Amino acid sequence: MTYKLLGKDFIPHDVVAKVTGRAKYSEDFRADGMVFCRMLLSPMPHARVKSIDASEALKMPGVLGVLTPDDVTPQPNPLPPILAKEPMYLGEPILALAAVDETTAQDALEKVKVDLEPLPFTVDPLQSLFPGGPNARSDGNVGFEGFFGAKPTPVQTLKWSAADFAKAGDGQLALGKAPEEWSYGDVEAGFKQSKLVIDESFVTASISHHSMEPRSCMAYWQNGKCFVHGSLQSQSFSVPGLAGYIGIKPEDVVLIAEYCGGGFGSKATSYPTMAIPALMSKKLGKPVMLRVSRAEEYFIGSGRSGFQGRIKLGFRADGRLLAADMFVVQESGPHLGFLDYRNAGDCVSLLYQPLAMRWRGVPVYTNTPTRTAQRGPGFNQTVCAIEPLIDRAARELGVDRVAIRRMNNPENGSKLGAERTPVTSAYIKDALAKGAQRFRWDEKKKLSGKRAGSKVTGVGVGQAWHPAGFTGFDGLVRITPDGKLHIHTGVGNLGTFSHSGTARIAAEVLKYDWDNTVLERGDSRKHLPWNIGQFGSNTSFTMARTNYVAAVDAVTKLKEIAAQDLGGKPEQYEIDGSKVFLKSNPAKSLTYAAAAQRAIDLGGKFSGKEIPQDINPMTKASVSALAGTGLIGVAKDTLPVAGQPAAFVACFMQIELDLETGQHRILDMLSVADCGTVIHPAGLATQIKGGGVQGFGMATLEHMVYDPQNGLPATVGLHQAKPPTYLDVPLTIQTDAVDKPDPSSPLGTKGIGEPVLGASATALLCAISDALGGHVFNRTPVSPDMIVNAAANRPQSHRPLQVNTF
Amino acid sequence: MTELDTVLAGDSATGTDDTATRWSRREFIKRVIASGAVASAGLYIYGGLAGCARKGAVAGGVERLVSINVNGAVRRVDVLPQETLAMTLRYKLGLTGTKLGCDRSECGACTVLIDDVTHYSCSTLTHAVRARKVVTIEGLEGPNGELHPVQKAFVDELAPQCGFCTPGQVMSAVALLKRNPKPTREEARFALSGNLCRCGAYDNYLNAVMRAATEG
Repeated sequence: MTYKLLGKDFIPHDVVAKVTGRAKYSEDFRADGMVFCRMLLSPMPHARVKSIDASEALKMPGVLGVLTPDDVTPQPNPLPPILAKEPMYLGEPILALAAVDETTAQDALEKVKVDLEPLPFTVDPLQSLFPGGPNARSDGNVGFEGFFGAKPTPVQTLKWSAADFAKAGDGQLALGKAPEEWSYGDVEAGFKQSKLVIDESFVTASISHHSMEPRSCMAYWQNGKCFVHGSLQSQSFSVPGLAGYIGIKPEDVVLIAEYCGGGFGSKATSYPTMAIPALMSKKLGKPVMLRVSRAEEYFIGSGRSGFQGRIKLGFRADGRLLAADMFVVQESGPHLGFLDYRNAGDCVSLLYQPLAMRWRGVPVYTNTPTRTAQRGPGFNQTVCAIEPLIDRAARELGVDRVAIRRMNNPENGSKLGAERTPVTSAYIKDALAKGAQRFRWDEKKKLSGKRAGSKVTGVGVGQAWHPAGFTGFDGLVRITPDGKLHIHTGVGNLGTFSHSGTARIAAEVLKYDWDNTVLERGDSRKHLPWNIGQFGSNTSFTMARTNYVAAVDAVTKLKEIAAQDLGGKPEQYEIDGSKVFLKSNPAKSLTYAAAAQRAIDLGGKFSGKEIPQDINPMTKASVSALAGTGLIGVAKDTLPVAGQPAAFVACFMQIELDLETGQHRILDMLSVADCGTVIHPAGLATQIKGGGVQGFGMATLEHMVYDPQNGLPATVGLHQAKPPTYLDVPLTIQTDAVDKPDPSSPLGTKGIGEPVLGASATALLCAISDALGGHVFNRTPVSPDMIVNAAANRPQSHRPLQVNTF
Repeated sequence: MTELDTVLAGDSATGTDDTATRWSRREFIKRVIASGAVASAGLYIYGGLAGCARKGAVAGGVERLVSINVNGAVRRVDVLPQETLAMTLRYKLGLTGTKLGCDRSECGACTVLIDDVTHYSCSTLTHAVRARKVVTIEGLEGPNGELHPVQKAFVDELAPQCGFCTPGQVMSAVALLKRNPKPTREEARFALSGNLCRCGAYDNYLNAVMRAATEG
């Protein structure tokens, strides 16, 4: 299939703004009379606020007011509160104070007297599961609220017995009671039939998102509406939650989130502190800016859940995975937490297609920052733990490392998870084959272990996957009498350029010149449709569908108008060149511009005066606002979907590992994506490479560090958290794509943002392991000291299941 | 000698404290208004609101009217002793292209050129740049809005992702190409290594620097 726009590079409209400094992020906005707000953060990992006395602070010149936990919209437990009466991690906001300037606000915070009663705390899930171990929350230590349709596990107190721990022995995760479990097939029989059984415990570190833009927020009220300039990955999807935090109706929120300085899941949707400037502004009657510092971004900017896990894998002699038994203890932070631990089970079940599998999960609350999704939540931790073990199996069974992966990989329609849901498409086998050929895997793998001085060559292959789409959201396009196509999109601007990439699908369907289109986005006042957020690698599937159905609706209306005005039936008409014309006599035609004017004249459904009943209230309101301004194409995506869309990536890497310093250098790297039809080759390449860089961080650099005695963090700054720099990356990164269409996506597209990280992380871990002759660390990140210890056959400085270590 | 020392020594040595004595504030305001160069943040200067800091916040900490050369124009601003260049640029001169990612010399989002050399403006005192030439991301475009060759290369290579670190990356690239017009990729990597990108767009940024070196 050849397309006019799809598969071709273009310059997204927001790039020039980004290179000139004209792109406005939340802290770049000013409003007349704007004042500044600062937060008082908990100095303890878990405490109860007994009293707050702000009287001295309020007497200071320039101080305008405070917000206490009693002044903000209450949130149902265990959702994170806006301001905490019972702060559950060091750095959790307790109070906000506004003043004419920031220094005054900060000075005044010093005068606020907060009486805190210290409470028990923990920064290690296993410590909390120990008999008599501390609970992170007053109401329990284990639970998951459930959201987005996910089933909840109520907050509860769960302790394992001393016998459970004793039985596991040193270095292995105890397999105590788990509140969640699923299985399929006969797992025990699978292990009995296996030629090789691997049973390993592992740790993957928690990682702070540390987006480059701290989540500053500015808000003011005008005519009963609250205007919020926020840093969000998602536009329309953030509005209902934000309205809830502020305590007003969604239609009374005007959200401006045209640019977002990085989110990676942490700004997927609205978050509690966004309500602080809004509520403070309401109280003071002035615009309020909340500037968030780097340290505060660490505290309130959330993180990826760490795992303490155990995996048992049973392989047939040829490498086929017969059985898998997975147990995941998740560090959830103190509040809601995320689905990582459940995703871990889905990840294994699809990527390796075990014939039988059991999964057990324990989400444990800890007194560390709130956890949420981070690029490939659960999926990427899981492949980091499993992929090096797949290599171990390949070595022990004498099977090629690419071959063992392809042997177990899913295909179109393969199933995942407890529900055995089929995937709409899976071309990971193709990605591995294409990558192996281009990387010259068969030649490169002969370099494994080649030593020059202290340096050893390692060659690795890794893979990852992630769900890649949703359905059921709305599309909205508008042709105006000047002939332009306005594509209204409610996605955000995460930096993937998929707001434009998916908009091009509407232009493709309507056969528009891209230069003749206008993208309407980033501001509630642009009248946007109800779209899901820009997270979960979904945009290129979900919003391809919404833009497709809206454009198809516009095409239908163009043909109906033409038939009405020029005679004949709508199906006798065709579109091209910004005209709708009679197929048998193209001279009988109407330009899009003329048709748009006719739509306005005709009214009804053509101009948006009549609104489809099945669309979301937000889309209805947008259509009402736009009614009469042109030809409106609007529809809900009710297209069929044959299962779970999924995206896959394979990555190949050659490294040089210095056994004396533990440093590695990536010499060659190629990632191949299965993202369905490629919408935007340059955009895809930046996603693969950028996610790849984050993968290096996950594999070798990034982690949260906590002092178990006092609950103090040691990775608050970027320097300590160690996101990769220019000097941690190879000089070039190669990318490629399978480019086979997904049958459930109208033009074959699906998402890709998340597995690119997991694939590069695992390729690097496997290459390091390869350089060390197959040594598996069962831990991420693998730091240079761990490599030096392993190379010298010395014990590691951490205990096997210890978390939050340096 | 630190930068601050240099400036302080310079001040006392040349007695250039400075244009303030030659232009009254009233005169300056008149000039600014006449030139149409009122920054969007003018309010924060004259409304008694420093934005970043209260007057008299530290002992003897009063704002002082100084002139700094930003993007080729002499700008007169009231500056607190402890005020950083990033805050002056962002909150008093309306130049919000310079970003604050960490405010402590870790990330490079606030990179500007001072006399053609990259500096973290979050960790440079505004008082230290008097009589020096500051160039920010807003100062790169030509008189008719044409992009600087580095900016153009960044567009052509689809270099930014979220874009927040981009102004800093561009400034570091501009400084590199001024002192080394034909860098190797390795040299470019070292030159930009003070600029973090959490999106990991390093490869594309380097492609853009190399393109600018070829085409610029």
